[in-house]
Amino acid sequence: MSEAISALGGASYQGFAAIREIGPLGMISLRAKPDVPGLGAAIKAVTGTAVPDRRRILTKGDAAAGWMSPDEYLLILPYAGVGAALASLSDALKGQHHLAVDVSDARAVFRIEGDTAYQVLMKLAPVDLATLPEGELRRSRTAQVAAAFWKDNKGYTVVCFRSVAEYVMGLLTHSAMEGSQID
Amino acid sequence: MSTRLAKGGRLIDRSAATEFTFNGKRLRGFAGDTLASALLANDQMMVGRSFKYHRPRGIVAAGPEEPNALVNLGSGARLEPNQRATVTELFDGLEATSQNHWPSLEFDVGVLNNYAARVLPAGFYYKTFIHPRPFWKHVFEPIIRHSAGLGKAPKERDADRYEQVYAFCDLLVVGGGIAGLHAALVAARSGARVIIVEQNAHWGGRAPVDGDVIDGKPADQWVNDAVQTLAALDNVTMRVRTVGAGVYDHGYVLADERVADHTPGDGRPKHRLWRIRAGKILTATGAIERPLSFAGNDIPGVMLAASVRDYVVNHAVSPGDRTVVVTNNDDAYRTAIALKEAGLEVPCIIDARSSVTGELPARARALGIRIAEGRGVAKVKGGKRVTGVSLCLQAGEGAVLEDIACDAVAMSGGWSPVVHLWSHCGGKLVWDTDYAHFRPDATRPPLNHDGTAMVIVAGAANGALRADAALADADAQGHVAVSALGRKAKKAAAPVAATVTESAMEAVWIMPQGAPIPLKAKMWLDYQNDVKVSDVQLAAREGYESVEHTKRYTTLGMATDQGKLSNVNGLAVLANALNEDIPQVGTTTFRPPYTPVTLGALAGEARGEIFQPLRRTPMHGWHQANGAYFEPVGLWRRPYCFPRGGESHDQAVAREVLNTRANVGLLDASTLGKLIVKGPDAGRFLDMMYTGVLSTLPVGKCRYGLMCNENGFLSDDGVVARINEDTWLCHTTSGGADRIHAHMEDWLQCEWWDWQVYVANVTEQYAQVAVVGPNARKLLEKLGGMDVSKETLPFMQWADGTLAGFPVRVYRISFSGELSYEIAVPASHGAAFWAACHAAGAELGAMPYGTEALHIMRAEKGFIMIGDETDGTVIPQDLGLSWAVSKKKADFLGKRGQERSYLANPERWKLVGLETLDGSVIPDGAYAVAPGSNANGQRNTEGRVTSTYYSPTLKRGIAMGLIHRGPDRMGETVEFTRIGGDTVKARIVDPVFFDKDGEKQNV
Repeated sequence: MSEAISALGGASYQGFAAIREIGPLGMISLRAKPDVPGLGAAIKAVTGTAVPDRRRILTKGDAAAGWMSPDEYLLILPYAGVGAALASLSDALKGQHHLAVDVSDARAVFRIEGDTAYQVLMKLAPVDLATLPEGELRRSRTAQVAAAFWKDNKGYTVVCFRSVAEYVMGLLTHSAMEGSQID
Repeated sequence: MSTRLAKGGRLIDRSAATEFTFNGKRLRGFAGDTLASALLANDQMMVGRSFKYHRPRGIVAAGPEEPNALVNLGSGARLEPNQRATVTELFDGLEATSQNHWPSLEFDVGVLNNYAARVLPAGFYYKTFIHPRPFWKHVFEPIIRHSAGLGKAPKERDADRYEQVYAFCDLLVVGGGIAGLHAALVAARSGARVIIVEQNAHWGGRAPVDGDVIDGKPADQWVNDAVQTLAALDNVTMRVRTVGAGVYDHGYVLADERVADHTPGDGRPKHRLWRIRAGKILTATGAIERPLSFAGNDIPGVMLAASVRDYVVNHAVSPGDRTVVVTNNDDAYRTAIALKEAGLEVPCIIDARSSVTGELPARARALGIRIAEGRGVAKVKGGKRVTGVSLCLQAGEGAVLEDIACDAVAMSGGWSPVVHLWSHCGGKLVWDTDYAHFRPDATRPPLNHDGTAMVIVAGAANGALRADAALADADAQGHVAVSALGRKAKKAAAPVAATVTESAMEAVWIMPQGAPIPLKAKMWLDYQNDVKVSDVQLAAREGYESVEHTKRYTTLGMATDQGKLSNVNGLAVLANALNEDIPQVGTTTFRPPYTPVTLGALAGEARGEIFQPLRRTPMHGWHQANGAYFEPVGLWRRPYCFPRGGESHDQAVAREVLNTRANVGLLDASTLGKLIVKGPDAGRFLDMMYTGVLSTLPVGKCRYGLMCNENGFLSDDGVVARINEDTWLCHTTSGGADRIHAHMEDWLQCEWWDWQVYVANVTEQYAQVAVVGPNARKLLEKLGGMDVSKETLPFMQWADGTLAGFPVRVYRISFSGELSYEIAVPASHGAAFWAACHAAGAELGAMPYGTEALHIMRAEKGFIMIGDETDGTVIPQDLGLSWAVSKKKADFLGKRGQERSYLANPERWKLVGLETLDGSVIPDGAYAVAPGSNANGQRNTEGRVTSTYYSPTLKRGIAMGLIHRGPDRMGETVEFTRIGGDTVKARIVDPVFFDKDGEKQNV
């Protein structure tokens, strides 16, 4: 089998902040009500984390679980582990109404890093980044397309749809160009 | 002549000489100059001509209110028209040209209009060009449009880039004068997040020029201290060169930052548009001085008094050796004093007030300046430049008492607070009789979502014109803002500005008050649009009582300056003419932006490659590399065809169709919508969403389904596959994926919220390749890995497996009538799988085909296409698809709609095939004509074409169309319109043109 290729093959750009396309990451969209029996154990088995609270993303190693909506979670894990994870979810939630699908290939993922990484995003997303805490998963937009992002101590991870990866890379590049720092 | 003074100039750096050109002439200025101050320093007082009469126009103001000094700035890809010289910072190499003149600024043909002014009164266009009616469109309008517009529109692509930025704060302070700075300090010290923006490149506003003293310090020094204090606070963001352009609902403000206007080509964005969401907005936007209406007040050399002071103090520019000051208030005396202190002559201060006392007049008298009380200007002498003024009694009719020679006139008719931002969202105004101006009415502010005041006003913008009052007001309003934010202000002593007692001003709307018509016809209200006192009075006589109507009739305040100087003067004249009080007449509506915002800033990053998001499939790169000609499908770009060698698109499409029917074609079908529907109630749900029955579909099989809206009209179609007991996969059209996903969620969340169904849009998870044609199976067998034989994988079934090692799901479905497989692979493998198909198919004659070949092949088979055969008014029964509409189901979306009498009527236009008798192709969108005409005199019609192509397979034109009772009229001939007016005859036939028995796909 061929190697899985991310949307932009790991493109990068160095402006006043560093932009990098990463991935492919394993991603599972899990639809289930939070009170479904066994949900906590099912998520823990895949990501090692608890069920995230509203608007939170919990990270453990290279896995994470994010809250997407009152009955939707995004599970992140290594790409190769998705098949096993889906089987594990299916077993753990057998008999419970839920939906777990592989969306690893439907997404593109970017990193924005550097002291002023926030400036790249503040040009594109109508979000108050100064008050965005670490560990919050924010579903918003970058310019004209849907995007979700969260912050860690090194920068931001941005997730968008795969088909618009080149557009988002264009946005991030334009916004990170030298000379456009907000002093 | 105007010139540079030997000393002074608080903003200029005499060590940094700067070269620029005006109308090609090389001139010199200093760093810190504005273009206007540098022009004045070079004795370039006249800078343009007016819009209507082409009268000579000189610099009037020193700020954004400037109506006259508009220039074309830059050239080529950096040309910007209508740039105000007064706010354009000078830089080395700046190029400016004047506007609205031909052939030259000095000699202008259009000035003939000036001599014809008597026949060009207000409303002239409306009165003159109304008859004969057709002349407006064909003769008058083109001529007027040709002569309209001041600057030249740029023709080249903008060389610069722009960006936008989202910002959030508790308090946004607009205006960085002393009031704004202090209010920001009060708020910042309470811990609030503060953004403060200032339109100029410098903080401090007028106070340093006016010589104010704050807390015993010169204003300059106080401003520096305040700026440093603010800059040191983490919770404060400060932007200069940033104009608060518009206030919108819910505390939303647009502010335009001129990042690199003064450093073009340095790699920075030219403008940055700030999109600010503020808890509260405090406007400290100052006030604008008003002109006085006397005859000849538009002659170059007549300037606003405070602006004259600005040029002298800020830029060491003298408007002329001898300046006469004309005023109705004490503030203009500061100008006389500043001129005198700079060593210049002030022959006379003409004061409309009958008796002048007070601190400033006393200082002027002490400097030896003559004050003519109770006097007015009868007229200004001069043509392209002021040469003198004639004095008269203000109370009289303009009889000349004496002439005074001078080079410039500094006028002041009082001050109007800048209430624009207060008013954008509906803040009301109150008329202040003491100062003869409108100021914000604090009891009627613009409101926020919670009913509280959204905007707070401080300082001169609030009518507190003098420094002491402005600072006291700023302190008070800063505290108002802090408590409105639910915070507590730190206890701190408010700064105190030294009081300079000023005596009352006197409203003067016409000078002299009894001026006869010949004088009033030379009193300009709106310099840019050439509106005079006589025009407004004429409008009043003709019945234009509303200020909004008068504005449109006379064009008062409709120029690029939006009447910053003319509005109050104009409506005062109107009020007098109507014998009404000024507040009764009211103001016109203030709308954003406060000053023009360049379109580039509004577009932001959205240009070129990132103008709009283009959706690309995983194979997009291959398509580009292989010469695909793309077409937009929603935001997707799909290959329309893949021309080879010198092929035309038509030739390429024909080759792709024939090759697919003869060998094998490969289609990138990744854009096809893919929705997973899962849950105990999924079958029941799909039976409601689709017209057919999907709950009974066996696992492993596929079924074609139609979706209608509640009214019964066909909305989307596609093949549905049953994945397992409680999971279905619904294919939608490429353009319909997001819409149908939302449609399903809508019904699940709002109507059937208790049904246990989840939907996921996995469109982008999979790349999908259609392998189509007689050699399709051979190609898959070459890839190898799973059994795709007729027995194991018959038509309308699917199977999971691997092909050439790729994890795939293979659907045996056909949209072309050929043996066909659609193969879904994870998108990350899409490009590799597509390449593998081409490699394996090379010896089988595989070629890619595009959307046009797809369309032709489906039309040859009579398959409908959403958006071609449907347009929101078509039901499945119109298209011969009754077989796909369940008669047994109790309900589905659209069922009751389709039972309505009009939709159930047998007289509807229905789908048929169409073959022209001569084999030609019917034009797209053609109508079938019927005898006679309707009540509107239009030709009757009996149908229309929905799809029409040249069929390479059948070597003739084929079409589908909706024809009145079409299926009942097989074999009849109908006539279709053609471009050019004639018609073409076509026979009504079965819509399936090719392989009617479906033998090709069932192999």
